[in-house]
Amino acid sequence: MAEHTSIMTAPKRILTDAMIAEIEALAPRYPDRRALTLPALHIVNDALRHVPLQAVVEIAAVLGLAPAEVQDTLSFYAFFPQDKPAGEVRAWVCRSISCALRGGEEVLEHLCHVAGIEPGGTTTDGTLTIEPAECLGACDFAPCMLAGKELHKNLTPESAAAFVRATQKRFVRP
Amino acid sequence: MPPFTPVLLEAVGIPNGHTLASYRSRGGYAPLEQILREKQPVDVVEMVKASGLRGRGGAGFSTGLKWSFLPKDHPGPIYLCINADESEPGTFNNRILMEDDPHQVIEGIILAAYATRATTAYLYLRYEYPQSWERLQGAIDEAYAAGYLGSAIKGSSFSLNLYLHKGAAAYICGEETGLIESLEGKRAWPRIKPPFPAVEGLFRKPTVVNNIETMACVAQIARRGIDWFRSIGVPADPANPRDPGSYGPKLYCLSGHVERPGCYEAPLGITARQLINEYGGGVWKGRRAKAAIPGGISMGLLTEAELDTPLDFAGPGRVGCLGLGTAAVVVIDETVSIVDFLHNSCRFFAHESCGQCTPCREGTAWSLRMLERIKAGKGRLKDLELLAEIGNTMGMMPGSTICGLADGAAWPIKNAIKKFRGEFEDYIKTTNPTGWMVTDPVPALQIVGAH
Ligand SMILES: Cc1cc2nc3c(=O)[nH]c(=O)nc-3n(C[C@H](O)[C@H](O)[C@H](O)COP(=O)(O)O)c2cc1C
Ligand code: SF4
Ligand code: FES
Repeated sequence: MAEHTSIMTAPKRILTDAMIAEIEALAPRYPDRRALTLPALHIVNDALRHVPLQAVVEIAAVLGLAPAEVQDTLSFYAFFPQDKPAGEVRAWVCRSISCALRGGEEVLEHLCHVAGIEPGGTTTDGTLTIEPAECLGACDFAPCMLAGKELHKNLTPESAAAFVRATQKRFVRP
Repeated sequence: MPPFTPVLLEAVGIPNGHTLASYRSRGGYAPLEQILREKQPVDVVEMVKASGLRGRGGAGFSTGLKWSFLPKDHPGPIYLCINADESEPGTFNNRILMEDDPHQVIEGIILAAYATRATTAYLYLRYEYPQSWERLQGAIDEAYAAGYLGSAIKGSSFSLNLYLHKGAAAYICGEETGLIESLEGKRAWPRIKPPFPAVEGLFRKPTVVNNIETMACVAQIARRGIDWFRSIGVPADPANPRDPGSYGPKLYCLSGHVERPGCYEAPLGITARQLINEYGGGVWKGRRAKAAIPGGISMGLLTEAELDTPLDFAGPGRVGCLGLGTAAVVVIDETVSIVDFLHNSCRFFAHESCGQCTPCREGTAWSLRMLERIKAGKGRLKDLELLAEIGNTMGMMPGSTICGLADGAAWPIKNAIKKFRGEFEDYIKTTNPTGWMVTDPVPALQIVGAH
């Protein structure tokens, strides 16, 4: 019974007024509102660490597009999680050639091992997602990783393990 | 220390070199003000044409010529897109320009917009460059406040808005029409050309797409002049009327197995060996190089004996590479298995193919599966023929795909198999002593790592 009503009543809105205002503030930059698709996806993803399907529908309504158009763009990039939020920190570990030559693949393996997850996975406490990445444009610091907005340079197994521990400590609930 | 005094990288190491004050103290923005006062847009096009500047984003097309392809007397709008998607493995020079001297880039953008009569410019920045984003946004704010951006720039009748646009981690957004589609809010599927962007580009309007380093070069040509630019690099070959030469300084990215990885500025035409030894401190750990990527992984491989190849626009092609590309040199030492190298390359392209053209989507995926099989000790000599066939048939050059990603995927395969065939054969024979000679099709269920 309860399940039925939840389908019937309109679900709670995901996009906040602040998010919509942020999207609208960018509108004068483009002659076509469809160009706001990526900016809007980033705004929602920055706030929620994922872009659930319902948010896609709401973005489409704001931009005057079909939901399928927004979903089509979103799914192309394989960047915006949809099912559940990424960890509080999302770490991209480079596996491309310059990093691979200097131990990047081993660093990725070690990071996942210490965090107890598979590449692409999120720790059970929700603090950390570790993903393989292609060249991060920081090959002068290979092997490297981008964690949130921070570039971690010249990683070693030791510094990788220290990063995992520090991240989990930072977000641990008292 | 190498003899060439950096120009594009002059701000590197200067405290607060990224600020407007620092850029102005080095002579920045004065050329722009003078040009806005004294010159017409067409003069700027002619200046850049005469300099011989060729695009630094990979294709090496003449910048002034590209600008002159825009329709004359177009009512507008005309758009300028700055390509800062920089995702070619091994490449990071745009990042350094944006972080350490954003105003040099912005002055170049304003000059390019003036030349092309664009009043809106979008700078498409890859997601993975948050530091560049902050530096650029800070510099753009400063430039608006100082009257270099916005309406009626420095009292002229020229107006320009410059906006940053963030990507979402896809290599194909660096291909100029993929970039345009992505900016428009669609999947980044490259377009069939013609029409070229100069005729029908962003929002179906005439559009120029240029690389960040190209913009920095434009700023320096405006400041130092055509003769200065043409005094650097490799002049056009008089015996070849179609050779436009390789003029100007170039930012070479050096990484992989070298002692001192980094971004080094040198005249176009320095050899890979000079770059590695004189700038990079030599191959690391006192080892020998086995090979080097000449200009991003798409360009293929130089053997150790080919390291004396000059890295100008024509050099790498003479030894079978795809071209100069992004001039990103990645050194691979003698301990690396060429099988591992090719596996890494195939994995990258299989991951980044946009999937639009069947030869590219299937060819990159199939070559990755074969490399996985070879690595797992189940390779057959026959696989080398199959790989070569894929390499020879996918791409714009053979005419089977829409964009150059497929050529970039094909070149490492072709170069590796041609230049290191013996090593592949030895690897396959030793790791698969009972099956290397089999030529039957591989049963689908036995493919290692099949999806
Ligand atoms: C698959 C692919 C990826 C590319 N990536 C980039 C890139 O990240 N940055 C870039 O400037 N050019 C890139 N290019 C080249 C662009 O299509 C285009 O030639 C260039 O941006 C033009 O600028 P330029 O004339 O100043 O070099 C890429 C091309 C292909 C085929
Ligand atoms: S060649 Fe590959 S990347 Fe380029 S458009 Fe075709 S499928 Fe996409
Ligand atoms: S290859 Fe890892 S940052 Fe470029």
